[in-house]
Amino acid sequence: MSVVSEALAWLSDPVNWSGTAGIPNRVFEHVRISTVTVLAAAMIAVPVGLLIGHTGKGRFVVVTLSNVGRAIPSFAILGLALPVAIKLNLGLGFWPTFIALFALAIPPILTNTYVGVAGVDPDLVEAARGMGMADREILRRLEVRLAAPVIMVGLRTASVEVVATATLAALVAGGGLGRFIIDGFAVRDDARILGGAILVAALAICTELFMGGVEKLARPRTSTA
Amino acid sequence: MMLAQDTREPFFRPEWVSRNADRIVEQLIEHAYLTSIAVGVGSLIAIPVGVYAYRHRRAYVPVTWLAGFLYTIPSLALFAFLTTYTGLTTLTAEIGLVSYTLLILIRNVVAGLEGVPRDTREAARAMGYTPRQLLWRVELPLAFPVIMAGIRVATVTIIGLVTVTSLIGKGGLGKFILQGIQRFFSTPIVVGAVLSVLLAILADVLLLGLQRALTPWARSRPRPEGAR
Repeated sequence: MSVVSEALAWLSDPVNWSGTAGIPNRVFEHVRISTVTVLAAAMIAVPVGLLIGHTGKGRFVVVTLSNVGRAIPSFAILGLALPVAIKLNLGLGFWPTFIALFALAIPPILTNTYVGVAGVDPDLVEAARGMGMADREILRRLEVRLAAPVIMVGLRTASVEVVATATLAALVAGGGLGRFIIDGFAVRDDARILGGAILVAALAICTELFMGGVEKLARPRTSTA
Repeated sequence: MMLAQDTREPFFRPEWVSRNADRIVEQLIEHAYLTSIAVGVGSLIAIPVGVYAYRHRRAYVPVTWLAGFLYTIPSLALFAFLTTYTGLTTLTAEIGLVSYTLLILIRNVVAGLEGVPRDTREAARAMGYTPRQLLWRVELPLAFPVIMAGIRVATVTIIGLVTVTSLIGKGGLGKFILQGIQRFFSTPIVVGAVLSVLLAILADVLLLGLQRALTPWARSRPRPEGAR
């Protein structure tokens, strides 16, 4: 029997579809940690990005973060999050994974939010100011809406990266779909490794497509593009 | 694997570094070697594919779709998938790494060729250049800075991804990160992370220098405002 048919047999075996170590629960864990982290990162990175984009102050923070963020391997971020979590006595599993994924999600969201707001036509901002809008109103009614598609690209990049890296959470005793791959490696079970790999790839592609759909909704309706 | 978690363990023990200096240098070289092969082979694939996609516009969408699909698959999943065929080998690592370079490189090759001014192309044709001469003497040299920009991004990305191949027994500096995770020992993690970042910065600077050295014309004469 080839490895692929073994993996398909593994995927369709009802035993693997129940319990805490079953596929549905692992998918749930994977989606839960990814969603929680991206939302938490967005809650910090979007307001900060908006503020920096609107005022133009602290631009170097964004530039540095996005450059450094690209050079640090996500595997290294997970590695570094482990001793941090242990030092803070947060234990294994959830917290090291959360810290790593959070650090990973911040740069793309922050950079895109900043770029989106900074890229709003200054004439429009002038016009809005001429119409008597206050800074807060300009930010909320003009800049946020025009920057929304670019911010969404940042959220999409962050989400796909987070879903991909959440696989590595299994290394720090976290749950999620990485369990099948890491445990499969440990016991040399090719069917489980391949089955897990197929599930992770499918989830990453679903995330990409889903966030692409959300991104379309975020485009301003008046846009001619 | 689960040892006691000691909250008093210092973040960084310098004596570990001096004790393991030989291994560190060895893995640093291994890391650079794995990266060079991946980016080299990736370029050898991406340049002809990019040229083809540029000339046959209908091929561009399916080519970037396939490369984008490969790029979206999480690295651990791809390596895991490949090990079931090619085992825990360098070949497995390289197949995975090369496939991650393709999207970045192909996009830049096409963008670079698209940036060649139409007038320049027309002039070369009028001077009797064959399509092959046009490609090698005009289009590729003019597209070179954009292609190099792609190679730089791909190199930095691959240096990061090489660390993940530690899970299939390779990994260069990633070996230290994995070892640190498995033993709850932060010093090798810090060493692996810091050195791979430094390697990425060094590679980026070297490639930028190479690009400048090979395209002296791009430096001396800045393009006029608004020119394409």
